Amino acid sequence: MTIRLAGILVGIGITAVLVLWSMVPGVINLVSGPPVEKPAYYAFKEKPHAPEGGFSFAGPVGKWDYAQLQRGYSVYKQVCSACHGLKFVAFRNLEELGYSEEQVRAEAATWNVPGIDPNTGEAVMRPALPTDYFPNPYPNNVAAAAANNNAIPPDLSLMTKARKDGSNYVYSLMSGYVDPDPEKLAAAQEKGFETPTGLYFNPWFANVNLAMPPQLYEGSITYDDGTDATVDQMAQDVAAFLTWTAEPSMIKRKQTGWAVILFLLFATGLAYMSYKQIWAGMKSKKK
Amino acid sequence: MSFAWAKQYEPQSGFTKWIDEKLPLPRLVYNAIGAGYPVPRNLNYMWNFGVLAGFCLVLQIVTGVILAMHYASNTEVAFGQVEHIMRNVNWGWMMRYAHANGASFFFIVIYLHIFRGLYYSSYKAPREMIWLLGVVIFLLMMATAFMGYVLPWGQMSFWGAKVITGLFGAIPFIGEPLQVWLVGGYAPNDSTLNRFFSLHFLLPFVIAGVVILHIWALHIPGSSNPTGVEVKKESDTVPFHPYYTAKDGFGLGVFLIAFTFMVFFLPNFLGHPDNYIEANPLSTPALIVPEWYFLPFYAILRAFTADLTIPFTGIVLIEAKLLGVIAMFGSILVWFFLPWLDKSPVRSGHYRPMFKKFFWFGLIPAMLLLTYVGGAPAEEPYVLLSQIGTAYYFLHFLVILPIISQIEVPKPLPYSITEAVLGSDDVPGGTDGGGDNPQAAVKPLPA
Repeated sequence: MTIRLAGILVGIGITAVLVLWSMVPGVINLVSGPPVEKPAYYAFKEKPHAPEGGFSFAGPVGKWDYAQLQRGYSVYKQVCSACHGLKFVAFRNLEELGYSEEQVRAEAATWNVPGIDPNTGEAVMRPALPTDYFPNPYPNNVAAAAANNNAIPPDLSLMTKARKDGSNYVYSLMSGYVDPDPEKLAAAQEKGFETPTGLYFNPWFANVNLAMPPQLYEGSITYDDGTDATVDQMAQDVAAFLTWTAEPSMIKRKQTGWAVILFLLFATGLAYMSYKQIWAGMKSKKK
Repeated sequence: MSFAWAKQYEPQSGFTKWIDEKLPLPRLVYNAIGAGYPVPRNLNYMWNFGVLAGFCLVLQIVTGVILAMHYASNTEVAFGQVEHIMRNVNWGWMMRYAHANGASFFFIVIYLHIFRGLYYSSYKAPREMIWLLGVVIFLLMMATAFMGYVLPWGQMSFWGAKVITGLFGAIPFIGEPLQVWLVGGYAPNDSTLNRFFSLHFLLPFVIAGVVILHIWALHIPGSSNPTGVEVKKESDTVPFHPYYTAKDGFGLGVFLIAFTFMVFFLPNFLGHPDNYIEANPLSTPALIVPEWYFLPFYAILRAFTADLTIPFTGIVLIEAKLLGVIAMFGSILVWFFLPWLDKSPVRSGHYRPMFKKFFWFGLIPAMLLLTYVGGAPAEEPYVLLSQIGTAYYFLHFLVILPIISQIEVPKPLPYSITEAVLGSDDVPGGTDGGGDNPQAAVKPLPA
């Protein structure tokens, strides 16, 4: 009895403190105070969308499109790699995109990575080996910030996992440098919205003003396989490539999942039948 | 203890007889989860979750020990080491996804187990000790899961650790030195990561120890059941093996299908994208949220938005932050008092019309609401919703339960478990001794 009485008192006490001190002033503030408004840039924000036809790797039966991954790699190499590293990916991993061992060796050699001169011990740049990881274009973050108007270009290895709906996000962002809707812009400017010099408007970026200038232009690279290098095509390809760098095991994971779940369905079916057999007659009156 | 009609372990071969004399481990297993443990015959699927929770603990320990072989608890390399597991360790991605989703499924299972206990009042005499040990296990699980989430050293790891360890700073007088001592610095750092790794490795084995006590305490009165009527005689029970081993086998299969579906097809669905960004003490994420299983408690923590002051004087009695911390820990500590707050003689919610309404239309919606607002930003209307949910949560356990256990008129209970299952108590299989004491009912059966 004592515990229940104490419980009731404590319960009423906690609720009273919560309601009288926190909730009532909160409600008064909510009713009488100025309405809570989202920042002006919210008017522009867009949700990531998939490219037309979707990505080949999406869904439970998705597969890599190796030609697309190779195209995406050339977009990374010719455009992104000027500012963005790929530190968790090694050149040897490129074999997974369908390149042969020799091709990977030759490809790695076209990149320079920091090394040590075997004769003098001095720090030098040397051609990369398949075992090397993709180099960071800047020696350190200070240099990266200094070269980029104080914004450090992030490493791209995990980018599609580090953003919500990441593959579609990268595709939408890279193909999403548009001019703001004039009506929305006029309304937002009244609330103090602007795109400062040195930033670029992109409705898919978190606060719609992005430090990275538009990078993809019609024909800004040439694909080895002759595909038309449209902005949309390059954005798709690089998004697919970065999905692979973020999770090279994705397709193996899904394929393993099918085998595991089919086996479990079978095993669980057996378990269900033995359960039913063992319990037969237990739920009704025995004669 | 077990019921008098429990089957006895009889070693058959010379070897098992020899073992039984030296170390009766097979006998222990036989009596704990074998044919020697009579269990109520009417358990529904909600009674599957104890065994599943045990499975989850083993799964977490096995995957965790393998991950620990490839991990390094150093802030310089921890994030990259996790990526090394994902990319270079054979099947490392599967181990890590199984461990991360295993934590989530462990909590799903444990919440269902706890809410089964709440609905069927499994905490009532004679099972108070099982319940108390269960709450201890839950608290240990929360500590373990929290520290585990810090180990990948992503943005949410760092900022989550900063927020949660910061709670200790709310304690008056000793708060700040205590916080610095626990963290090993003013913000999470290398010392923090090292001690969290050490404790994250240790605590699961502490949990395993308390689980043994939990099961030991369970075997003294035996399992509860959906009617809440105690076992009276042999026809009320079936031996655990093969009846419940078969049912648990099926339950485990269903669990594994759901679990592997998440591991192989939606492995990051329950996680947070920000944790794939390496920890950066200089960049605060837009929204710091804990893992989903902590969200109700996080909502309670944030519900207190104002200091407790003496009106019109401005004298602060308790700061808002401390109120939130007290409420958050109090929301779990209150479970320790449940056996004495709810004194209704009827156990099962099935036969308690008022209790049932408050459970389904009060407690469950309040928990779901708190989970939802716990993941939302600290702005209106979420703050107001979290306050409503928090108020109901405490009123439910501390005010509503004690009062309804006094005024409620329960529905008539079946005479026995046998009657509840078969519609009549008139079956062969045991003499009725009357009363709730199984010992009194025990008489040997004619062979």
